[in-house]
Amino acid sequence: MSQVKSTSVEVRLPSRLGYEKVAMSTAAAVAKLMGFREDRIEDLKTAVAEACINAIEHGNRLNECLSVGVVLSAGEDALEVKVIDDGKGMKCLPPKPDMDKKMHGEEDPRGMGMFLIQALVDEAEWVAGTHGKSSYVRLVIRLDKVAE
Amino acid sequence: MQSETKSRVDQLTSPAGHPVTVLRFEGDIASTSKEAVLGTYQALPKDSVRLVLLDFTKVDYINSSGIALVIQMLIEASNSDQRVYAFGLSAHFTKVFTMVGITKYAGLFPSQAEALAAL
Repeated sequence: MSQVKSTSVEVRLPSRLGYEKVAMSTAAAVAKLMGFREDRIEDLKTAVAEACINAIEHGNRLNECLSVGVVLSAGEDALEVKVIDDGKGMKCLPPKPDMDKKMHGEEDPRGMGMFLIQALVDEAEWVAGTHGKSSYVRLVIRLDKVAE
Repeated sequence: MQSETKSRVDQLTSPAGHPVTVLRFEGDIASTSKEAVLGTYQALPKDSVRLVLLDFTKVDYINSSGIALVIQMLIEASNSDQRVYAFGLSAHFTKVFTMVGITKYAGLFPSQAEALAAL
C-alpha cells in the first residue's frame, strides 16, 4: 500500500437502512490497510454510516430503485470518502444540536447525524449536484503519523 | 441488515441500598430499535422506578437515530423524576455521547459495578 499514490474503492448500496454498515465495514478495511489508528477508524465508521443514512433517507428518500454510491480514495496521508445520492443536496447546514433544548422539548431529539460527521472527521463538505441530482458529501480523514 | 435489538430488565440493589432497574440492550441501536429501547423503558412502573441503569455492554453499533431514542428516554425520565445512568459503552461511543451532551443528563460509567457503587 505504501507504494501506491492513490487507490479507489467503490461500493454501491441499496437505499435501505442497515446497508450503511456495508460502507462502514469497507471504509474501516481501507483505513486499516492505510494504517489508521483504531480510534480514528471508529470515528470514520460513524461518520460514513451517518453520511450513508442521510443519503438513503433524505437524498434518495428510501427509494430502493436508487442506490447510494460510496467512493473511497486512499491517498498517501488521507482517506477521502464521497457519499453520493440522487437528492438535491443541502441548501444550508443545520445548526449544532443543543442537548438542553432537546431535553426541554424546544428541539427535535433527532438531527445529530451531520453534527457527528463534522465532529469526527477532519473535513466535511456537502455539495449539491447539478440539475438536482448526484449530490454528495465529501469527507476527509487524515492519517496521523504515530510517533515511532 | 441491522441486527435486531434485544432488551431485558433486571432489578438490582446498589451497595447503598437503592433499588436500580437495569435495562440491558443487545445488538444495534438504530431507528428500528424504538420498541426495544423506548417500549421497554415505557413498560417500567413510573411510580416505583427511580434509578434506571442502561447496559450497553453488548451493543456494537449506535447511530444518530439510536441516540435520538436514548434522548427521548432521557426526556421521559426527566419528566418522571427518574435518574438515568449508563455503562458498558465503548470508548468511541463514550466520546460520541459526550460530544452530543448526553453526559449532562445521564452519568456514564465503565462497568456495572462502578455504576452501582456510585448510586
